[in-house]
Amino acid sequence: MNENKTIKEREEEIVEEFSLFDTWEEKYEYIIDLGKKLEPLDDKYKVPGNIIKGCQSTVWLTSEFKDGKIYYKADSDAVIVKGLISMLIKVLSGNTPDEILGAKLDFLKDIGMMSHLAQTRSNGLLSMIKQIKNYALAYKSTDAIVK
Amino acid sequence: METTTTIKPTFDVNEIRKSFPILEREVNNQLMVYLDNAATSQKPQAVIDALNYYYSNYNANIHRGIHTLAEEATAAYEATRKTVKDFINAKSTDEIIFTRGTTEGVNLVAYTWGRKNISEGDEIIISGMEHHSNIVPWQILCEEKKAILKVIPISDEGELMMDDPIAIGYKKLLSSKTKLVSIVHVSNSLGTVNPVREIIDEAHKVGALVFVDGAQSTVHLDIDVQEMDCDFFAFSGHKVYGPTGVGVLYGKKKILEEMPVFMGGGEMIKEVTFEKTTFSELPYKYEAGTPNIADTIALKVALDFVTETKKDIIRNHENALLKYATEQISAIDGLRIIGTAKNKVSVISFVIKNIHPQDIGVLLDNQGIAVRTGHHCTQPLMARFGVPGTVRASFAMYNTKEEVDRLVVAIKKAIKMLT
Repeated sequence: MNENKTIKEREEEIVEEFSLFDTWEEKYEYIIDLGKKLEPLDDKYKVPGNIIKGCQSTVWLTSEFKDGKIYYKADSDAVIVKGLISMLIKVLSGNTPDEILGAKLDFLKDIGMMSHLAQTRSNGLLSMIKQIKNYALAYKSTDAIVK
Repeated sequence: METTTTIKPTFDVNEIRKSFPILEREVNNQLMVYLDNAATSQKPQAVIDALNYYYSNYNANIHRGIHTLAEEATAAYEATRKTVKDFINAKSTDEIIFTRGTTEGVNLVAYTWGRKNISEGDEIIISGMEHHSNIVPWQILCEEKKAILKVIPISDEGELMMDDPIAIGYKKLLSSKTKLVSIVHVSNSLGTVNPVREIIDEAHKVGALVFVDGAQSTVHLDIDVQEMDCDFFAFSGHKVYGPTGVGVLYGKKKILEEMPVFMGGGEMIKEVTFEKTTFSELPYKYEAGTPNIADTIALKVALDFVTETKKDIIRNHENALLKYATEQISAIDGLRIIGTAKNKVSVISFVIKNIHPQDIGVLLDNQGIAVRTGHHCTQPLMARFGVPGTVRASFAMYNTKEEVDRLVVAIKKAIKMLT
């Protein structure tokens, strides 16, 4: 089960899967497939407050904090973005705020998806990661206050 | 008598392509197909050389120096003003103000003419297909002056509604309250060519001035500001094969003379004392500070390149490409072209059923094809058509039929991968 693996291990799993692909088509078909399979976000979460700014496509991100770990759910109207989100959730969901804040996410470079991190207005992956980490930071500080 | 035929009778796109070194570039292991010309056009070698030559041989600050380099740089800078004047057929070089681009041109007029002449209850008319650059400055002005911004509606074909029987079209919006009409000449999102001549005539009848946003039109259409009779006209150098960071604002001399200054500083002054400053004559009145000398000088080379290649011959080529691309692209299943105006140039915008434009853009890029996806800085227009954005292919003089074919194959492949 994914739960017990570290972020690094989960990243390595994805990199391994991508190493089987020879062409860009295979890579993108895989990402598109992940996007299509990502569980759709319930409409009640598709509110303006959950929209990530800075994306050409609309991306909704929501999170839940349970037993010291954060669980993310997300959706997008663009399928490639959705596939990328799906990978990020697979890697980061179910970890502690500290683990998430410390994640370097090198796998994106290793699988050749760095172009999606480019700082152009048309691209949301960077804003998405920022928002994921913002949640982690918020949970970390509120958790510290409660404790 | 013997006649000489120095003008090339036909247009050889392969010859033209040799002038643009970037077109040899590979993207994702394939020869790049550049179809994002409405965003910015590529630069001919001569323009790149002009920049290089300026910095290598006669870089100097202009207008004040008495040394040789300053004289050379000043002459080259002012030669561009003369070329621009001819390119858009202005009456005088006094009417040519160098800016950073179209956006600065709009803002200059909004901040100077606008602040002097717009007051509470006045009306400014724009259209539903404006670029954000031709919306926001007027919105800011209207908010400040309690003036009213009115918008010409757009038909399903992507044309301005001029005198629609039901909708409140342009002619119904015009009144004695109208002080300014600011209108895009060619839509960057749709390619629609607007009837500016008619718009200007109607506006002048009620005493309103007209600003024409020529960002997209200047590279494709013959621009004659005197014949058009517009009061202001603005364009950007980088969309006319020139460098980024230089643009032009044209204004009728009388209006420019009466307008208050924009930015204060060096270059735009006649005499400065701590009690009072007097300002330079046109066109320097609006050019504060050291201008963008190098890029302005290279802009002349770009405009000369277009003039020598001949605009009507370029236009024929681009129109043929647009026609061919429209036929080929509309035949794709589930594809809908946004903007089907009768009079169009260079741009095809489209959406595909159940597919986000961004997904198409990513997969085209992987096939070495550069298009623009998104709202193209025209969010109200996208809302009008009920789409989050479009995929936009836009053509320039160096694009080919083969590139259109590659685009069509690539779109089909993207659709297959996404469905």
